[in-house]
Amino acid sequence: MDWIYEPWPWYVSGPMIALVMFLLLMVGKNFGMSSNLRTMCTICGAGKTSDFFRFDWKAQRWNLVVVLGAIIGGFIGSHFMTTDAAVAINPDTVTDLKGLGFESAGKAYLPTELFDMNALTDIKSLGLLIIGGILVGFGTRYAGGCTSGHAISGLSNLQFPSLIAVFGFFIGGLTMIHLIFPLIF
Amino acid sequence: MRTVSYLLIGIVFGITMFKSEAASWFRIYEMFKFESFHMYGIIGSTVIIGIVLVQLIKRVPIKSFYGETIQIPPKAKSFSRYMFGGILFGLGWALAGACPGPMFTLVGVGYVPIIVVIIASIFGTFLYGLIKDKLPH
Repeated sequence: MDWIYEPWPWYVSGPMIALVMFLLLMVGKNFGMSSNLRTMCTICGAGKTSDFFRFDWKAQRWNLVVVLGAIIGGFIGSHFMTTDAAVAINPDTVTDLKGLGFESAGKAYLPTELFDMNALTDIKSLGLLIIGGILVGFGTRYAGGCTSGHAISGLSNLQFPSLIAVFGFFIGGLTMIHLIFPLIF
Repeated sequence: MRTVSYLLIGIVFGITMFKSEAASWFRIYEMFKFESFHMYGIIGSTVIIGIVLVQLIKRVPIKSFYGETIQIPPKAKSFSRYMFGGILFGLGWALAGACPGPMFTLVGVGYVPIIVVIIASIFGTFLYGLIKDKLPH
C-alpha cells in the first residue's frame, strides 16, 4: 500500500482523469471546470450587468457539487494519502527556479514565495496572484473552456477548436515562463 | 442520489489532481520548460484513453447510468476566440500555476492564498461578461 502515499506517476494519473471524464459522461454531464466561475458570477448577482450571466444557474448546480468534491479530494489526498508533499521536479528546473528566487523549489508542493500566508501581505505576491487569477478567469471564458473543457474533453472528442485553444494555452504559458518571468522575478 | 454521484466524482478528481501533482505550481513551470515528461504523460494518456471512450460512446449507443442518451455537444467554429482566449488563459495558468480544477483542490489542501486566485478568476470571468461583445469571436 506504500504506493498510495507516493506521488502517482503519469500512467496512473492520466487514466484516472479519463475515468473522471467518462463517469461524468455516464451520469449525463460534461467535464469542464471553468463553467463554475461563470455560475459563481451569476450567483453573486452579475446578471444585473450582463446578459452573459442571465441563465438558470440552478441547472449548473451539479458542477458546483463536483467543485465541492474537488476541494474535499484535495483535503483527503493531502491529509490522509501523502507523507511528503515535496514535488520532485527536474534538478535543472530546481536550479532555474532558485536563480529566479524560488528557494522552495524541490522542497514543497507550491512555492512558499507565492502561497504561504506571508504572500497575503506582500504586495508583489498578492498582485501576481490577482493578475494570474484574472487572466485565468477571463481567458478561460473567452476561449470557452480550460484544461478540462478543451485539452481533455475537447481533444477526446476530436474537436479542432479545442486544438486551437490548446495551442493558445501553450503560446501564453511559454510566453509567461520564458519572456515575462525573467522580467518579474 | 445523483448529487452524491457528482460529489464522489469530484472527490476522485480532487484526489487525482493532488496526487498526480498536476495541482503543483512547480509541475506547470517544469512543463513549460519542457524539462519533464510528467505533465505531457498525464495529458497525453488522458486524451488517448478519452478518445477511445468517447468514440465508444458515440459508435456503440451507450446510455448513461440513468438511461438517457449521452450528449457531447460539439465546440462552435471559430479561430480568434480559441486562440486569443487560449493565450490569455495560458499566461494566467503559468503565472498562478493553477487551472480552474486544481485551484479548488488546493483550497482543500489548505493553501489560503489560492482563494485570492479563485476570487480574481471569478472577477476575470465577470470582466469577460462585461466586454465580450467588443471582442473578436
